[in-house]
Amino acid sequence: MAFESINEFISMGTHGPYVWSVYGISLILLLGSYFASVKAKKNQIKRLKQRYLREQKS
Amino acid sequence: MNWIWFHKLGSPKWFFQWANKWSKFAFVIGLVMLVVGIAWGLGFAPADYQQGNSFRIIYIHVPSAILAQSCYLGLGVAGLVSLVWRMKMAPVFIKAVAPLGAVMAVIALISGAIWGKPTWGAWWVWDARLTSVLILFLLYMGVIAIQNSLDDMQLADKAVAVISVVGLINLPIIKYSVEWWNTLHQPATFTITAKPAMPMEMWLPLLLSTLGMYGFIAAIAMWRMQTEVLVREHRSNWVKKEILDNGI
Repeated sequence: MAFESINEFISMGTHGPYVWSVYGISLILLLGSYFASVKAKKNQIKRLKQRYLREQKS
Repeated sequence: MNWIWFHKLGSPKWFFQWANKWSKFAFVIGLVMLVVGIAWGLGFAPADYQQGNSFRIIYIHVPSAILAQSCYLGLGVAGLVSLVWRMKMAPVFIKAVAPLGAVMAVIALISGAIWGKPTWGAWWVWDARLTSVLILFLLYMGVIAIQNSLDDMQLADKAVAVISVVGLINLPIIKYSVEWWNTLHQPATFTITAKPAMPMEMWLPLLLSTLGMYGFIAAIAMWRMQTEVLVREHRSNWVKKEILDNGI
């Protein structure tokens, strides 16, 4: 570990707010991209499934 | 040379099944490398002798900046392929990847601004590197806006292909901006010809997080392209079969 204690790790010298805000914002954007993309694929599959089943019935 | 793979890539069906297999692989490997690289960089790499701990922002800044440019290179190549060979998958690629490239550019810009404050004393300067990356972001936004505003899909595909190709001119400007102009931004971190300017225990986690980001974004890009294939090919029998029989 490059840090002596967990407090030092969190404070990052005096740069804690800068470092952690970068990683926080990035995490939100990356997770957002992941979930939005996975959900879009699932929704499209569901939509097509319903459509095909409807077509089969009629 | 065997060109079959090139023709196969033009086939939505072939791509869909190929992506089913490889997207999970890319995702798992990418995520592990990204998490290990960032944890290593945040907690174990030594502090920079000049910048202290603020330099740890590099482990998200450089991967996202590289991905923002790589995605755009992909857009440009796909634009060319779309205009010249009219391959079906090329416009699918542009539509699926442009939003991811935009997210990468946003992360690069925000992390750069937050890094700039303790390092340069300013969130933003109109320096050549920062400005050219802002233009990269605006190019992505242009592609996304035009794709969404034109109802005629073929026209939209053609329009975004043209912008993607024209915007390629911005990539060498980004790359050489730190050499052509006097910029505040430091020179390139990754070079093929020179030894890394930082010690190995700083550089290796950066390499890991960059490769990891490639895998992570590649997997999401594949899922987005699959979604777009399902939208465009919903009348094909293979899509119907894939959804009703295989239960994807």
